[in-house]
Amino acid sequence: MSAADTWTIRARVNGAEVSTTASVRLTLAELLRSHFGLTGTKVSCEMEVCGVCTVLVDGRPVSSCTYLAVDVDGRDVLTIEGLARGGVLHPIQEAFIDHFALQCGYCTPGFLMMAKALLDEVSDPTREQVIDYLSGNICRCTGYRPIVEAVLEAARRMKERD
Amino acid sequence: MSRHRVVGSSVRRIDARSKVTGAAEYCIDLAVGEMLHGRVVRSNRAHARLTGIDTAEARAAEGVVAIVTARDLNGLFPRFGHIVADHSILAENKARYYGEPVALVVGLTPQAAFDAAELVRVDYEDLPPLISTQEALMPDAPLIHQRTYERSASFVGEAQSGQVASNTSHAATLEWGDVDGALATADVVVETETSYPMLYAYAMEPYNAIAIHSGNSLDVYSSAQHPFMVREELARIFGLPASKIRVSVPFIGGGYGSKSYTKVEPLAAVASWYTERPVKLVLDIEESVYTTRADSAQVWVRSGFTSDGRIVARDFRIDMNSGAYADNSPLVIEKAVNRCFGPYRVPNLRVHGRSVYTNTAPASSYRGFGAPQGNLSGELNMDQAAESLGIDPAELRKRNLVRPGEELLPGKRPMDADLAADLEMVVSSLDEGASDEGRGDGYGVGFGCSASDAGALPVSTALVRILADGSVSVQTGSTEMGQGSRTVLAQIAATELGVDLEGVHVVQSDTAMTPFEWTTGASRTTTLAGMSVLRACDDLKAKAVDMTASVLDCDPLQITIVPGGVSGPDGQVLHYGKVVSRWFGAPAGEITGTGIVRRAGEHALLPPFWEIGMVGVCVRVDRETGHVTVDQLVTVGDVGFALNPAQLEGQDLGAATQALGAALYEELIYDGTQPINPNVVEYRVPTMSDMPRVTTTLLAERRDGIGPYGAKGGGEGAVNPVGGAVASAVARATGRWPDRLPLTPERVWLLLNDHADAP
Repeated sequence: MSAADTWTIRARVNGAEVSTTASVRLTLAELLRSHFGLTGTKVSCEMEVCGVCTVLVDGRPVSSCTYLAVDVDGRDVLTIEGLARGGVLHPIQEAFIDHFALQCGYCTPGFLMMAKALLDEVSDPTREQVIDYLSGNICRCTGYRPIVEAVLEAARRMKERD
Repeated sequence: MSRHRVVGSSVRRIDARSKVTGAAEYCIDLAVGEMLHGRVVRSNRAHARLTGIDTAEARAAEGVVAIVTARDLNGLFPRFGHIVADHSILAENKARYYGEPVALVVGLTPQAAFDAAELVRVDYEDLPPLISTQEALMPDAPLIHQRTYERSASFVGEAQSGQVASNTSHAATLEWGDVDGALATADVVVETETSYPMLYAYAMEPYNAIAIHSGNSLDVYSSAQHPFMVREELARIFGLPASKIRVSVPFIGGGYGSKSYTKVEPLAAVASWYTERPVKLVLDIEESVYTTRADSAQVWVRSGFTSDGRIVARDFRIDMNSGAYADNSPLVIEKAVNRCFGPYRVPNLRVHGRSVYTNTAPASSYRGFGAPQGNLSGELNMDQAAESLGIDPAELRKRNLVRPGEELLPGKRPMDADLAADLEMVVSSLDEGASDEGRGDGYGVGFGCSASDAGALPVSTALVRILADGSVSVQTGSTEMGQGSRTVLAQIAATELGVDLEGVHVVQSDTAMTPFEWTTGASRTTTLAGMSVLRACDDLKAKAVDMTASVLDCDPLQITIVPGGVSGPDGQVLHYGKVVSRWFGAPAGEITGTGIVRRAGEHALLPPFWEIGMVGVCVRVDRETGHVTVDQLVTVGDVGFALNPAQLEGQDLGAATQALGAALYEELIYDGTQPINPNVVEYRVPTMSDMPRVTTTLLAERRDGIGPYGAKGGGEGAVNPVGGAVASAVARATGRWPDRLPLTPERVWLLLNDHADAP
């Protein structure tokens, strides 16, 4: 394989049909950041242990730093930029603001996407379930407590709004 | 004024919305037109002469624009280092550590540069590698630096430059009284030796920068905490006036001190200078480990006590492994010397500290800054003394803590905190939070105290501008790296001017646009940058009074300041925007207020404040596996006044969590000449499942600081005593005293099973 090998990728990104031709070696994170300008998705460990690059592919959380861009061909991708709808924040985003669940903010997009995946799966998680589900995401600033509180609060708010 | 008095309340972070939507821009997210990409070729030897660099094959590779080596830096000053200019931008004649930059490949894409970097061939002639301080301090050890270097002119801090007669990079001593005499007559003498691990801060955004060199100016975007210090270094490298260099820092993805001073900016800048194109350089995590880690330390202490528990003398020795280049380690050892003996009354004291060059990655600042290394030994020693003396460890500390107003360091600011009251808060909170299961077997309690001479040099300037529409712009050279300064500085301006917080915009850290700030470190921002913003508001209000008096043709004494503006002789209120419009005769113009803090008046005495660390932990040790679970964590932030309590509690919990990482999991391990775990898989940081069962973050607000409204700094104090507290708790849980961190399951198991050769 040479670096020049390319592939045309057609996918749905944050609800929009997109098409781009990219090097087959490109990761999904690189594709989102460099081809689509969606820099909200961050990269850090590049070994699938920190979780900052988490995006949802067909609703499932993946580490976009090691997920090949060509593998989203024909799939549906949701990134942090697609979490708020029409300027209205998702309840998880609101709860993160209210609980000071971020400081530097670099890990925040990954946590929010992972939290969304959790709440899509389990609408009323226990504290233990939140901790278990989010233990693959690293935050170096907060000490995690406010993140756990924010996710539980988001679940409560989403239930109330249902 | 009450509606606008937004200091003291936990208003939401003003950067939060941009950070939850992905809109917040970090340096790593930026791109400029026609930008090239760098990839560093790094030494795969720890100590070796460079005998040749063959770049031909790499240069011929597809997409490669240039390859830069030290030989290409003709006409430039080829090194950096804000204390000692010992750090080659690219290795000149020899490589001094595994991972040192030897060449920089510049390509059209990151991938092209990455691939071509593999093709650069470097020939080495190996020299004896000196990995530990013991090896580096052997009398016949080769010198890692054979020459002395320029001491940086811009550095007016507390450290002196090193002498290169040995591998000791910097030595520091603090001494008073007759230590030997006092120890000889003490009722009880307790001796402790500890090892503090080599740490990596793991700021999640790796080091990165974009440089645009054109003609005789240089623009740099960077992830640096201290843009003004980076500017000075770049000015020296390129021989340019500081005014021609712009260092701009967007949001930073974690700093914790590890992004203090100059890191990758010179590499990006020389690549841009060489190619005459903008160059972006983004390191990966392994490369970030090689760029800066924290000083590990071996610390010895002997303390003498009277039988009723009064300290009569303390004698410390500290050796730090500071890596191949000085970076900030000379100041780290100075601070370790000042901070190791604790906030205690020590009538006879001697501390000898050495920062030692080794063939390992350069060490520098990391949250706590010399304090955690020494505190582990000093506080463990207090706990061992409590056991020997048969005195409760909290009581032993209380008998020795300095009182408010008492001098801790001769000639320095007297203690501006009530340490005994803080300790009482920790002890009673630990009692309240005890688990229902009770304490029992395998359970241990530990706590610790520290006081750090914090705040650094009190030089800060700020601009506050009121525009014709009444909105406010605050300009500061202080960097937002997650600690929440953007919000706190806006709170101060809104409060002082009596305007809505929503109308205040804070612009930070752009050396071409924002006024000078010494650093963003040493927990200084609220206290010092906050004060310069407050003073800028005062200046602005005084100007508004004069302008209004002129417009209304009355005496300035007839004008009073009211929330959001001024009131004239007839009681007519003019909001600031109106003052601007009336004065300029159109809805145009602005009022500019300037505020400064310098080393004069109430800021003449150093340190600007004492940063207190006061923590407690309860741990449970699994006797089968040696696994340590933290059941409770209590922190006290003695901050004088909490401008934003939620942000402060977040700082303390975050700081303590990082310190729990160092206490239980984190250690960068050199096996032979290279680290074996320079990645986040094998360098294990705390995760959500490691959270203590109970975390209690208390704030002590006694208005005893010199900052705005009586504030003092926070954010680092909660790091410092955690290591010693955990070690003491584990000692009480296991019946054996540990002598090193981190207390991994293996180490604790060996401790429990009495293996003297614990790794």
